Amino acid sequence: MSFPWAKPYEPQHPLMKWMDEKLPIPRLVYNATGPGYPVPRNLNYFWNFGVLAGAALMIQIITGIILAMHYAANVGVAFNSVEHIMRDVNAGWFIRYAHMNGASMFFIVVYLHIFRGLYYGSYKAPREMVWLLGVVIFLLMMATAFMGYVLPWGQMSFWGAQVITGFFSAIPIVGEPVRQWLLGGFVPDNATLNRFFSLHYLLPFVILGVIILHIWALHIPGSNNPTGIEVKDEQDTVPFHPYYTAKDGFGLGVFLLVFVALTFFSPNMLGHADNYIPANSLSTPAHIVPEWYFLPFYAILKAFTFNFLWIDAKLWGVIAMFASIALLFFLPWLDSSPVKSTTYRPLYRWFFWVLVADVLLLGVCGMMPAEQPWVILSQLGSIYYFAHFLVILPIVSRIERPLPMPNSITEAVLAKHAPDAASVPAAA
Amino acid sequence: MASESELNAGIEDGVRRRDFINIAAVSFAGVGAVAVVLPLVNQMNPSADVLALSTTEIDISAIQPGQAIKTSWRKQPVFVRNLVAKEIAEAKAVPLSDLRDPQTIDERTKPGKENWLITLGVCTHLGCVPLGAAEGENKGDFGGYFCPCHGSHYDTAARIRKGPAPTNLVVPPYEFTSDTVVMIG
Repeated sequence: MSFPWAKPYEPQHPLMKWMDEKLPIPRLVYNATGPGYPVPRNLNYFWNFGVLAGAALMIQIITGIILAMHYAANVGVAFNSVEHIMRDVNAGWFIRYAHMNGASMFFIVVYLHIFRGLYYGSYKAPREMVWLLGVVIFLLMMATAFMGYVLPWGQMSFWGAQVITGFFSAIPIVGEPVRQWLLGGFVPDNATLNRFFSLHYLLPFVILGVIILHIWALHIPGSNNPTGIEVKDEQDTVPFHPYYTAKDGFGLGVFLLVFVALTFFSPNMLGHADNYIPANSLSTPAHIVPEWYFLPFYAILKAFTFNFLWIDAKLWGVIAMFASIALLFFLPWLDSSPVKSTTYRPLYRWFFWVLVADVLLLGVCGMMPAEQPWVILSQLGSIYYFAHFLVILPIVSRIERPLPMPNSITEAVLAKHAPDAASVPAAA
Repeated sequence: MASESELNAGIEDGVRRRDFINIAAVSFAGVGAVAVVLPLVNQMNPSADVLALSTTEIDISAIQPGQAIKTSWRKQPVFVRNLVAKEIAEAKAVPLSDLRDPQTIDERTKPGKENWLITLGVCTHLGCVPLGAAEGENKGDFGGYFCPCHGSHYDTAARIRKGPAPTNLVVPPYEFTSDTVVMIG
């Protein structure tokens, strides 16, 4: 791991030497995020989002542990205990709003992190394992967020639990028993709320564990960079500390500004008013939609309104929705182009941006009621989503002729920052 | 300690006596692990108190023709609908081949009581409560029930006609204990 020119850890103080012999945690930190970890010199601000996602997870864990001190997971009192946190607990409103909006912020930075990985080809060899672990984290995040949303036991909590566990009833034969097993009843009830609380508390720590593997797998080849060219020698890198600790610190400041602005000035902007109505198992809210971060996948679920072949519409919808995420596990092998950065891929670049637009379109469709024109738009959007990964990407990566690439990161950086263009050939 | 050659002594087919102990030990541990996992998995199934809520009595004397009420059984909504002759005729006029989940209205009601349509109010798609039971609600394109979540339309016999739901609204087990009382479950 790491490059031969990485600065070795040499503790000076006797206490640090003693520590290094017994439990070399300072050595680990030094070699992972300190001067002992050389990183490409040309990372842009898109490389902030991994650290920001880690910060978002820590905010969720800290606020979540505090909320659990005041919350009661019982259908008789859950809704009121959340209102108790909002009204009576000292600073309870702040902690709950921070946790609610922290979830949204977590997804915002993770989606930007995934965007970065897609644009700059960070999923390609030698970083496939980093990508695979990232998709696992994404799935765990979705499960955790869903179960957290159920805990206030409002109308959206209840009906979200009903609809999402309903996905499993689409499975032939064993579907309904599986659903009842997940719920511990015939509808979401006390058993459901209790187990969701237990798992909602557990899963963030599982995420933390997988993040450690994600970073471990990353630190073997080292970070990708905006050119997608691998590090060749020492002049291509700078030590993580102080260069990227400073850059990440600045990004963290911006992140926190957005986060507190959301938390203090429009804490309910990304939520649904219906969730401030206690759960009622006899009345579905008129307009039921998931949280914003699930909308594109929800649109794919809703796109199937007809039976096709021998499989019914419901099962198609559920298969397609899970497949849209499972597909990401195969991405490193669907894209066979050896060029990582989209900057040097003139043809793929177009399709990349169409995919981004398509996912945004699906997001809008997911929010809209199951009526025309949204049904046909979500059908077209879903077809394009699958076509991008299964047809367009494999073909484009074979026929495309990439743009000429610099020989190294350093050459790319110097060409970009040369005082005048004429001096570049002389320097090279 | 026995040397490698001693352990392998007298063995022609490459199987050692100690292999049996290894396989037996691992197999036994595997059986034990499965025996422990079973209750850990089974604890998540509906518990006895949940299963106990299995019958509900409903007084239907106040439901006028054309009206419906919403009640609950096993904490799930139940629709009890007093069909008018026109609705029954509409349901009978549909050829079974047009249906996604072919069933006649007679199969979905009790003999002699075919104006009483009793179904779960749980959309067979993803479990929302369809509209159409209360006065003035959207009854969908086929005059029965309409699920607003994902746009499933049910007809006057609560059969799926359009949208993503795979099957008709479920008819729970029930019987008439008198002319005006129905026991569900």
